[in-house]
Amino acid sequence: MPPWGRLLAHAVIWGLGLAYLVPLIVVVLNSLRTAQEIAQTSMIGWPEFWAFGNYAEAWSKFCVAQTCTGLQPYMWNSAAVTIPATIISTLLGAIAGYAISLWRFRGDTWIFGLVTLGIFLPQQMRLIPWTIVLRDIGLMNTLAGLVMIHTIQGMSFTTLFCRNYYVSIPQDLMKAARIDGAGFFRTFLRIVLPLSPPILIVTVIWQFTHIWNEFLYGVTFTTGSQQPVTAALIGLNATIADVPQHGVQSAAVVIAALPTLLVYLFGGKYFLRGLTAGAVK
Amino acid sequence: MSALSLRNITKTFGSTPVLKGIDMEIDSGEFTVLVGPSGCGKSTLLNIIAGLEKPSGGTVEIGGRVVNDVPPKDRNIAMVFQTYALYPSMTVRQNITFGLECRNVPKAERAAAVARVAALLQIEALLDRKPSQLSGGQRQRVAMGRALVRDPLLFLFDEPLSNLDAKLRVEMRMEIKQLHQRIRSTIVYVTHDQIEAMTMATRIAVMNQGEVQQFADPETVYNRPANLFVARFMGAPPMNTLPARVEATDGGMRAVVGRGEDAVALKLPAALRAQAGREVVLGLRPECIAEQERRFGEDGDRLVLELPVEMTEPTGAETIVLMRLGGERALGRVSPDVKLQPGGRGRFALDMRRVCLFDPGTGALIA
Amino acid sequence: MIWGPLLIAAAHIVLFAAWTIWMSFTSSTLMPVSDFVGLRNYNLVLGTRNWKIAFDNLLLFSSSFVVLTMLTGLVLAILLDQRIRGENVLRSIFLYPMAVSFVVTGVVWSWLLNPGMGIQKLVNDLGWTGFRFDWLIDREMAIWTIVIAGVWQASGFAMALILAGLRSVEADLIKAAQIDGAGPVRMYVRVILPTLWPILVAVLVILLQMAITTFDLVRALTGGGPGIATQLPALVVYDFMFQRGQLGRGAAAAVLMLLTLLLVLVPHAVWKYAQRRRAAHA
Repeated sequence: MPPWGRLLAHAVIWGLGLAYLVPLIVVVLNSLRTAQEIAQTSMIGWPEFWAFGNYAEAWSKFCVAQTCTGLQPYMWNSAAVTIPATIISTLLGAIAGYAISLWRFRGDTWIFGLVTLGIFLPQQMRLIPWTIVLRDIGLMNTLAGLVMIHTIQGMSFTTLFCRNYYVSIPQDLMKAARIDGAGFFRTFLRIVLPLSPPILIVTVIWQFTHIWNEFLYGVTFTTGSQQPVTAALIGLNATIADVPQHGVQSAAVVIAALPTLLVYLFGGKYFLRGLTAGAVK
Repeated sequence: MSALSLRNITKTFGSTPVLKGIDMEIDSGEFTVLVGPSGCGKSTLLNIIAGLEKPSGGTVEIGGRVVNDVPPKDRNIAMVFQTYALYPSMTVRQNITFGLECRNVPKAERAAAVARVAALLQIEALLDRKPSQLSGGQRQRVAMGRALVRDPLLFLFDEPLSNLDAKLRVEMRMEIKQLHQRIRSTIVYVTHDQIEAMTMATRIAVMNQGEVQQFADPETVYNRPANLFVARFMGAPPMNTLPARVEATDGGMRAVVGRGEDAVALKLPAALRAQAGREVVLGLRPECIAEQERRFGEDGDRLVLELPVEMTEPTGAETIVLMRLGGERALGRVSPDVKLQPGGRGRFALDMRRVCLFDPGTGALIA
Repeated sequence: MIWGPLLIAAAHIVLFAAWTIWMSFTSSTLMPVSDFVGLRNYNLVLGTRNWKIAFDNLLLFSSSFVVLTMLTGLVLAILLDQRIRGENVLRSIFLYPMAVSFVVTGVVWSWLLNPGMGIQKLVNDLGWTGFRFDWLIDREMAIWTIVIAGVWQASGFAMALILAGLRSVEADLIKAAQIDGAGPVRMYVRVILPTLWPILVAVLVILLQMAITTFDLVRALTGGGPGIATQLPALVVYDFMFQRGQLGRGAAAAVLMLLTLLLVLVPHAVWKYAQRRRAAHA
C-alpha cells in the first residue's frame, strides 16, 4: 500500500474511533457538570466547574418516580439478580454441555437442538408463560423470580458455549474415566471442570453482560423498589422534575453502565470470544 | 549466467537471527533442494527469494538482475505451496489463469496456455471443477499447473508433498522429477525430508540454524558430509558416530573405539597418518556394517569383527541390528537371512572405505 | 436418563412457545382464559393502526439497520486489516457499545439527538443558527434516530466477526495471489471476500434477529414516539399484553413476530443444510 494510502487509512479509522467514543465522552463529561451549565449550553461541553457531587447524588439521593433513594438500591437489585443467575446458569450450562458432548445419552442431539433453539425464541413469546409461572409460584415482583428466569433462559447460551468447547476434548479421556470407575459427576468435577476455565470465563462474561443489561423482564416482572437498574434508568429519563437534573442523570447512566464496561475492559479478549462463539451456531 | 544468486543473505526477526549469511549460486536447469530441520530458516529463505519477505541484508539476483526491491509478481517466479493454496471459489481453469488475468493477458492466449499446461499434467478433465472436488494429488497437480503456466525463470516449491500420504508422496516425487527432466526448469525446493532431497536434487543445501552446512550434490553430501550435523541428518537410519582415538601402529593406521576390554580397533587408510594421536568422532553408516559374508570393493577395505548384539529389527528386506562397538551403540544393516540372537554375539563385516573422521570440537570433517 | 435442569431448559422452550401460541387463539384479556376464538385476535391485531405502522417501521428499520451495520462493519474491518498501529485499542473502541445496555444507548442518544439540548443546540450555539437536527421529534425521521443508535451499537460486532473472517483466510492463499500479481482491490474481491461469504451470512442473520426483536432501544430512545411514529412490533406486543390487558391479542402479536423471524431463520437453516450436504458429497 502506498504511504499516503496508509496515512489516509490511519486518519479515517482513528477519526471513526473518535466518533464512536463521543457518546461515552459526552456522558462522562456531563456527569461532572452542573445542571445549570447544561441547561445554558447543551449536553455536549467541557465542565466549567467540576461537579463531582453529581455522583454522590446519583448514588443515594436521586429521585426516580416517587422514591428518592438514588441509584443505589437498583444497583444492588441488579447485582442480586445478575451474580447468582450468572454463576448458576454457567454451572448448569457446563454440566449440560458436558452431558451432551462428552457423556452422551439417547436423544442428546435433539435436546441440544432444542436448547439452542431457545436462543432464537423471542422474549415476547415467553412473557405470558413467565407471568403465569411467577404468579403461581408466588415469585412475582421478586428478585428471586428474575434470577430463576435468567438462569433457565441463560442455559440456552451457556449450554451452547460449553458444549461447543467440550467437543474438542478427546472422547478417550471419558473412556479412561469410565474404566477407572468414575460416574457422571465425578468425571465432571475431576476431569472436565479442570479443563474448562477458558470457556467458563467466556460464559461468565457473556452472561453477566447480558443479564445486567437486560431490560424487558426487569420492567415487566418487577416494579418500584424491586427493579433492576436498567428499568430504573428509563424511569429516570422520564421523570419530569421542575429542574431537569441532566448532570446527575448523566452520572447515573455512568454508574449503571460501569459494571459491564469494566467487565468488558478487563475481559476484552474473552468478551470477543463469546461474541464469535455465539455467532457460529 | 546463473539463474539465482544469493549473496550474504541475512534475516533477523526482532533480535533473533534467522538467516546468518547465505551464499549460493544456482545454475539454470538445476534442481536445488534446501533441506533441514524445522526452524533452520529454509522457508524464510524461500520467501526471501520469492520476494514475500525482505532480507535484513544481502542481495538476491534472479536471472542476473538484482531483485531486492522488485515485488513477487515481477520477479518471474512461480511458487507451489504445502497447502496448495488453490483459490477455493474459482474453478481449476480460473485458478491456473488467475496470474495471467492479473497481467491482462488476452483471453485467447490464456486459453491456449491452460490447454498446454493441462495436457502436460494430464488434468484436462478437471478444468471445470472446484478445488474442493479434487483429491490431494490432483490439487498438487493443479498447483503445479498454476506455476507452469507462467513459464517463469524460477520454480519455488515449499514442502509440497508434506500433506500427502506416504504412497502418494512417492508417486508425486517421481512425477516432479520427471517434469524437471522434461522441461529443464530451474527449481528451488524446500523440504524437511532428506529422502526427497536425496532422490530429487542435483544439489542439496543442508541448512541448520540459519546457516548452510553443506551445498553439494547428493553423493557428496551422503558420503563426504561436511560436518557431524550433515552426517547425522542425511540417511535413515542415521550414521553411527562413535568417539575414537587415531593411533599409528606398525601395521598401519587404526582408530580405537572404547577402552580396555571393549576396545575395538578399526583399520584406517594409510593416508590418515597426519591424524595420529588425535581424538576424533568416527562416522560409519549402518549399511557399512553388514553380515560377515559381505564383500566391499578390495579385500583390504574389509574388516570382520565379532560384536555383542543387543536387539534386531527385521524389516523384511533387511534386518537392522543394534550392536555394541567398543562399548558404544551402533546400528548395522544385515541380510534378512542372517539369524542373530539378542544378547548373543555376531560376526559382521565392516566397509572401511567409507569411514569419516570428524573433529569432536567443531564437528567438521577431517578425513 | 436426561439430567433434570437440562430437561427443564429444553422443555420450557417448547412449552412456552406452545403456550403463547395457544393463548393467541383465546379471548384472554387480563387473565388467561381457555376458550377458542380462532383467528379473531390475529385479524384484530393486523387491523390496528398501531400494528400497521409498527410493521412498516420494522421493514424500514431492519433493512437500513442491517445494511448500514454490515457496511460499516465491513469498512471498519477492512481498514483494521491493514495493520494499523494501535489496532487493539481501536478494536476495543468499536466494540465497547456492545458491552453497554440498549437502555443506556437509547438514553444517551436521546440526549444527543434532542434538538433542545443535543447536537442541534451545540451547533446552533457555535454560530450556525440555521442548523437543524431534530429528527427525534420529527414524525417522518424519528425512525432514523433508532437506526443511528442501532448502527453505533452493533457495527462493532459486525466488524469483529468480519475481521476474524478476513484474518482466517489461509496465509498461503494471500502469498499465491501476491505472486500471481493481484493488486489490493483484486485481492479483496476475488480472493478474500469469497471466503468471507459464510461469515457475512451469519452476521446478517444475527443482525436481522436483533432488528426484529428490538424493544429496549426504542423504549429508551423514543418510547415509541413521537406519538406512535417509531412503534415496532415488540412494543406493540408489550402494549397489548401489559398496558391494555389484552393477553390474547398480545400473544397473537408475539406469534406474528415469531413468524417474521422464522421467515429469516428457516431459509438460512435450509441453506446451511444444503451447503453441508454439498460439501459432504464433494
